[in-house]
Amino acid sequence: MLLTTHSDGSGGSVLLEVRGGGSADCDWARLPQELLLHIFQYLPLLDRAYASQVCRGWNQAFHMPELWRCFEFELNQPASSYLKATHPDLIKQIIKRHSNHLQYVSFKVDSSTESAEAACDILSQLVNCSLKTLGLISTARPSFMEVPKSHFISALTVVFVNSKSLSSLKIDDTPVDDPSLKVLVANNSDTLKLLKMSSCPHVSPAGILCVADQCHGLRELALNYHLLSDELLLALSSERHVHLEHLRIDVVSENPGQHFHTIKKSSWDAMVRHSPKFNLVMYFFLYEDEFGPFFNDEIPVTHLYFGRSVSKEVLGRVGLHCPRLVELVVCANGLRPLDEELIRIAKHCTQLSAIGLGECEVSCSAFVEFVKMCGRRLSQLSIMEEVLIPDHKYSLDEIHWEVSKHLGRVWFPDMMPTW
Amino acid sequence: MAPNSIHWFRKGLRLHDNPALREAVRGADTVRCVYFLDPWFAGSSNVGVSRWRFLLQCLEDLDANLRKLNSRLFVIRGQPANVFPRLFKEWKISRLTFEYDSEPYGKERDAAIKKLAMEAGVEVIVKISHTLYDLDRIIELNGGQPPLTYKRFQTLISRLDPPEMPVETLSDTLMGRCVTPISEDHGDKYGVPSLEELGFDTEGLPSAVWPGGETKALTRIERHLERKAWVANFERPRMNANSLLASPTGLSPYLRFGCLSCRLFYFKLTDLYRKVKKNSSPPLSLYGQLLWREFFYTAATNNPRFDKMEGNPICVRIPWDKNPEALAKWAEGKTGFPWIDAIMTQLRQEGWIHHLARHAVACFLTRGDLWISWEEGMKVFEELLLDADWSVNAGSWMWLSCSSFFQQFFHCYCPVGFGRRTDPNGDFIRRYLPVLRGFPAKYIYDPWNAPESVQAAAKCIIGVHYPKPMVHHAEASRLNIERMKQIYQQLSRYRGLGLLASVPSTNGNGNGGMIAYSPGEQQQSGTNNNTNNSHCRNHFVQMTSGGSSSGTKTVSCLLSHSGFAVLCLTTCFSCACSLTCDGRQVGCDHPWSLVSGGNPWCGPSSRLMVLLARFLISMASLIQRRLFQRGHRNQPTADQTF
Repeated sequence: MLLTTHSDGSGGSVLLEVRGGGSADCDWARLPQELLLHIFQYLPLLDRAYASQVCRGWNQAFHMPELWRCFEFELNQPASSYLKATHPDLIKQIIKRHSNHLQYVSFKVDSSTESAEAACDILSQLVNCSLKTLGLISTARPSFMEVPKSHFISALTVVFVNSKSLSSLKIDDTPVDDPSLKVLVANNSDTLKLLKMSSCPHVSPAGILCVADQCHGLRELALNYHLLSDELLLALSSERHVHLEHLRIDVVSENPGQHFHTIKKSSWDAMVRHSPKFNLVMYFFLYEDEFGPFFNDEIPVTHLYFGRSVSKEVLGRVGLHCPRLVELVVCANGLRPLDEELIRIAKHCTQLSAIGLGECEVSCSAFVEFVKMCGRRLSQLSIMEEVLIPDHKYSLDEIHWEVSKHLGRVWFPDMMPTW
Repeated sequence: MAPNSIHWFRKGLRLHDNPALREAVRGADTVRCVYFLDPWFAGSSNVGVSRWRFLLQCLEDLDANLRKLNSRLFVIRGQPANVFPRLFKEWKISRLTFEYDSEPYGKERDAAIKKLAMEAGVEVIVKISHTLYDLDRIIELNGGQPPLTYKRFQTLISRLDPPEMPVETLSDTLMGRCVTPISEDHGDKYGVPSLEELGFDTEGLPSAVWPGGETKALTRIERHLERKAWVANFERPRMNANSLLASPTGLSPYLRFGCLSCRLFYFKLTDLYRKVKKNSSPPLSLYGQLLWREFFYTAATNNPRFDKMEGNPICVRIPWDKNPEALAKWAEGKTGFPWIDAIMTQLRQEGWIHHLARHAVACFLTRGDLWISWEEGMKVFEELLLDADWSVNAGSWMWLSCSSFFQQFFHCYCPVGFGRRTDPNGDFIRRYLPVLRGFPAKYIYDPWNAPESVQAAAKCIIGVHYPKPMVHHAEASRLNIERMKQIYQQLSRYRGLGLLASVPSTNGNGNGGMIAYSPGEQQQSGTNNNTNNSHCRNHFVQMTSGGSSSGTKTVSCLLSHSGFAVLCLTTCFSCACSLTCDGRQVGCDHPWSLVSGGNPWCGPSSRLMVLLARFLISMASLIQRRLFQRGHRNQPTADQTF
């Protein structure tokens, strides 16, 4: 087989000329549609579009429904984004010819309100399709929050009402509210499996409780801590409810000194009883003095991320109360070494397999001890070089050998350029 | 007849360890040292006044040192390509020497001049002396691709012979019978211009914290070594409040302009270490600063789009926000975060900031808070930072914004806490932001949290005399970590829950590559195991190991053997953030699912189709790239000429 390429020199279209090698020339225009479809699936849209200009057969293949089940609308303005937007003509064509084929749809929107509004306009035209997944993704600032709430809600409910078998919905950082969630529940309660709605300020704990009560197939849920309640956890662990697989909680402080409610240990216990394998992912973005209500009792958290400075004391509590911990990331801590805390975590968190440390301090010997205790189950070990304080036992050059020995693979601390 | 030589200075502004200059005088009748400067470009270039001043001081010093050898520096007004042919004729030149420039723009310029010289019958001698090693050797050793992790780079370096010894400083003895014909009006015709002549307004310009020139550089290196010897500790110094300030032993701007030879620095460090540590052999970490510089030069030398996101095969495409107002606030030190603003003020006033301070402001601008492209930050540094070098500057920005080189992105420097840890008292802030001088240490990093009475007592009301913080850091970092995670999960095709696992591990085997696992284990660790994904991941992995594939599949081997490895990476990177990767996930029930979703479209029978489709993709992207490069050839600009 011989492939030759021609270009028209203008930087635009590319023509691929394919000739069969050997004796029998094979005619690529007569490639069976199934085969062509298969190839097309692995080509980017632009290349498919070029290919569709080759001949009638390829053009027909271009419009096959299978190729339009999944589409990502990219809505960007030249003034606010470096990336190209989906061409308006293409959007028009999709709505006209392929909207009934769409099943997995996402909207990537830059930081401008126009883009978010354009996304809402497209959403409101998706009347005769049956979406399975819908994702509204802000790639820079949360621009859906800038859209007038009524506009956003009416667009979103068009999808909820028309698509009766929605199973995944990602609407983080949007003005979705309780009444619109009611519409979702009324139309999609049997099919909904995934709901991601971190930082949706217009939703109340009662609103999300209604979803949990009605959508028994829900397996993955992401929301902010202020929506989390004992009632919600009990609803998710009711008998009628399937096992939850993932629960992601963002704990974000709006103002310094904010007070946070507590969740009863009995509610967490009910969750673990009902879904013994569920993952609890918690992201903390709190000031140091706001951790009072957390980690005083056992909590089934599996993935912990501390995005801001967290005190030694809190990490000490983590070591005592998080027996299911799998991954721990600490971005910053005070100036005192975390030696005892890490050792305690190694001792009590027997599932721990990944740890990341940013602006913290740990003495080299305590760190080696920690690695020794965890051993080879530490599959991810990301430690900034500055974290490790040389002491009488190990220098920085020695530590990587020592740690590598215990891990059974070559390991180095993470470096930053000294430029 | 003995030759008449020109030595062409660009970087490498020194008489010590200058092998090309050494060649210029060897057995020559006459030598003329030239430097090209286009006054028309000077004012309009992107380079700030501090950098121009540093350059002019370097040239003055060079001229002064040449005078001691009865020679002079010839500063030629104009562009090399226009002027050289005339000089060759006028001065009857038969030999041209210059230092090798590894950067893509420099290589292109030098190739053109070499051609001109050949046409004029002039012999050209080029010597490597701006870097410790021959960068092409490093790339060759890595299988034709530059190493993309620093660890890998260190491994390669340790396999090379040590750098060559510095050559002898140009002296009367070396000059021998070689002379420089100097005319009466040399000063008028070829003198070093002043800042005013270049169109800069020097009124109120504070005196230079970093005075340029070889003489200064040589004094500094002695002091630098004295201090090291005195400390007798060769580990990285712990950061404290004092390290934030310009130090009289700092060397980076001198290395940048080549007033100081990196090889001289290297060997002086080695000697000192051996003397103090009694003959034990020095670890690579001793040369940290020099090796980082070398690492970025190596990464950039064959990549003309190293300073761009678009079309740069090693740069992850991140949907940065365009926001000129926010960028201006950052660049002018008006973010409302005293730690950030003090650093930016220091940069503007003095032209240098500590590397951790660079990390802080770079993180703040890009992935930490403002979500603005690293290219914008790079341009600001290019204007203000004395040691900003095309390769090192762009490379560091990509590094700090987690756009390349496989960096974990989980850790964002806090614009309040990071400074407070370094300088709890806030003296650094008071020095550069006098308006905040009256605040007690408790509030100096977050003055907006100070009670009104404290603000009034400090004679600085936040929002009136000093801006309020331009972002809510907790909220911004929450959003940004999510965005980063999204991008890296798509790139690595990792669908698990862990944040750390979304960046492919940099753990390597003994060779320092990334492939520590057999393909089977890789798939387990990645949780997602269909052919598409392993294609993407293998390339991602292969890239770090620099193409030395051991655990990769036939497909990627085939592609890399046909020279497509880099192109496929481009495809991987660019498609990962666009439709196609999710397009390939057709049939996967939850594209954003936290769990792995198998791809029912991809059975063993489809492998052949995958192969063919990939081949088509790579052909198409090859052609697109060619065309793209043709249309977007780098235009030479004045700021790149020195």
